[in-house]
Amino acid sequence: MALQQEHELETIDLHINVGPQHPATHGVFRMILTVDGEKVVDCDPVIGYMHRGAEKLSENCDYRQAIGYQDRTEYLAQFNAEWTYCLAVEKLLGLQVPERAEYIRVILGELNRVASHLMFMGAFGTDVGFFGTPFMYAFREREVIQDFFEAVTGERMMYNYFRPGGVAWDVPDDFEEHCRYVIDHVRRGVEELDALMTDNEVFLARCRGLSPVTPEEAINWGFSGPMLRACGIKHDLRRAEPYSIYDRFDFEIPTGTQGDVYDRYLVRMEEMRQSLRIVEQALRQMPKQGPVMAEGLKRTIRVPPGEVYSRTESPRGEYGVYLVSKGGDKPWRLKIRSAAFCNLSALKNLVVGNYVADAIIILGSIDIVLCEVDR
Amino acid sequence: MIAGNPWLDAFLRLLVVATGIPLAVIVLNYLERKVIGRVQNRLGPMRVGPYGTLQAIADTIKLLTKEDVRPATADRWVFELAPYVVVVPTVVALVALPVTDDLWVRNLGLALFFILAVSTLSIVGFLMAGWGSDNKYAILGAMRSAAQLISYEIPLVMAAVAVAMVAHTDVGRGSLNLVEIVEGQGRVPYIAWQPLAFFIFTVAAVAELYRQPFDIPVAESEVVGGPLVEYSGIRWAMFMMAEYVNLVLLSILASLVFLGGWNWPLGNEVGPALQVPLVLLKTFLFILFFFWVRAALPRLRIDQLMAYSWQVLLPLAFYQIVVNGLALVYGWPDPILGLLSGGGMVVAVYLTYRAVRRPVRRPLAAAQRMGV
Repeated sequence: MALQQEHELETIDLHINVGPQHPATHGVFRMILTVDGEKVVDCDPVIGYMHRGAEKLSENCDYRQAIGYQDRTEYLAQFNAEWTYCLAVEKLLGLQVPERAEYIRVILGELNRVASHLMFMGAFGTDVGFFGTPFMYAFREREVIQDFFEAVTGERMMYNYFRPGGVAWDVPDDFEEHCRYVIDHVRRGVEELDALMTDNEVFLARCRGLSPVTPEEAINWGFSGPMLRACGIKHDLRRAEPYSIYDRFDFEIPTGTQGDVYDRYLVRMEEMRQSLRIVEQALRQMPKQGPVMAEGLKRTIRVPPGEVYSRTESPRGEYGVYLVSKGGDKPWRLKIRSAAFCNLSALKNLVVGNYVADAIIILGSIDIVLCEVDR
Repeated sequence: MIAGNPWLDAFLRLLVVATGIPLAVIVLNYLERKVIGRVQNRLGPMRVGPYGTLQAIADTIKLLTKEDVRPATADRWVFELAPYVVVVPTVVALVALPVTDDLWVRNLGLALFFILAVSTLSIVGFLMAGWGSDNKYAILGAMRSAAQLISYEIPLVMAAVAVAMVAHTDVGRGSLNLVEIVEGQGRVPYIAWQPLAFFIFTVAAVAELYRQPFDIPVAESEVVGGPLVEYSGIRWAMFMMAEYVNLVLLSILASLVFLGGWNWPLGNEVGPALQVPLVLLKTFLFILFFFWVRAALPRLRIDQLMAYSWQVLLPLAFYQIVVNGLALVYGWPDPILGLLSGGGMVVAVYLTYRAVRRPVRRPLAAAQRMGV
């Protein structure tokens, strides 16, 4: 009889609201988890808290003014966002970017990738439960990169440095020296971070085999960037359709095997090293002087009618800008293809069936930038 | 007895505990922030006082004067009493803790048993805090803390029991009196003869203290502080005080039981003037170890935590007890005990290693995994 009664005990699922104000949601993302004990049975992601209409705002600015909104859209890989936008405008204009400007762009873009991945390492470490140690390690290195960017562009966050046709102004005199210092410093820092996290037993126990994704699923869900490569698909826009001057560099495309959280982490860790390799090569090949802006460009850019889609490999994956011009000095339509948004859309599939604690890690491993998701 | 008056004596001894605790908490708080700061490549507190030494005092004043917020829907009495239920047992446990062979509040014959039993009571406080807060994070954290404390209390007690079984006393072996356990160790502390018990005790102690990698109930990135999420001001400070008192308690206990307390490896007797620094030094080693682990390791998952306790620590603790029992029956000398215990230690390390490096299964399609 007592046993009978025990079976009649009813358990109810608990709804837990994670975000928009929660220490682990990386910005203002919100997910409503339905949990049965510690297991997640349902996940309802809510986005849009960060929506400011960046696309529409860009349509009200002229082509140069719109660059600033690209920075604010993808605030961890600003150079990549600016680059994609500039590529789109350049394609419409049929502009040839000077050699030196291309190299500057590659150097800054790749260092930006490293900075973004360092940010991921720090935040992800905190998600996994480190008491801020990887965060401090990663941010020390990120700071060095930020200082470098500040020296070049005058800004720490919203650089606004790439322009259609080149870059805004030439780099400072000690650019090469400063850049080599950054490479050395960051390379050491990356190894330290690697030593702290990669073989950490508890870290391994938490991350290995967590929410594996098969290559087919990854393609079906529209993954790109490290999320896709972690599944074993060797797809990188820098190699697949080399934009700018990426066909001149020798670098590996790291891939994972399982597509689990640990592989996503490993891919990013290796990408930082490869990016530093690219920067080193670019620094060696870079012409010592020359123009950094295309010739004969007016202050107000007037773009001939047409439409174009340009895409680059941002730290989070394929960042695309679809630009429609009907002539004049303003884009008629600007649509951003955000990698984080596409990766995030699979969240429910990744999270359901795992533990609450793992849901946080999985969210962290997607590496979202909410401004990019909501725009 | 001091001054021949039992009441004065009791009062003075309790005064030491009552003033010592907040002082120790303040010092440890400062120390922890400094040590972890150094590990993390920063300076830690530097602004208040020279080298930030007054920072912890400033924080204490802030916490004491802060508004004591109680959520409107909270269960008033449960919510407000919870901090006391957490703090009182830890302080009571201190009463039975000797620091040297004649510096104690009360020399209990069952001191080890008393301390372990009383300090366990704080689970109730955490459950009350979680339940009374009327907050989902808090209840989740409280359930986690109950599960965790109960699971790790057992290996902790078993490891302590293993030592108590073989403690040398004047009348043979086996004692729960901490003074006798320490005196029985002589020149060679029990860590040499009982490494497995020491390992289990240390791991379980980290779990008892809610420190990384076992800070699951109060996980900042998951349950945002768990049972403590709704607390502020003095009540929150009481939880923190309990945490640090527990840290001191378990560290002293470990240094007494496993590191030989006030014994010196180079001779049986040290003068009374050196006994206190010696015990504090050994305690300090433990506390630094806990700080270091906190800065270096991430958090385990609740099921991994439970599995580690029930599948690794507990069977090994039983193994240690069986070995010790055989040693008692057949009168084996201590080195054999150390050898067998060391063997268990190797097994423990191997099991931990294997659990972490287990080959990953092939990825399963999400549809299959979700059972759609």
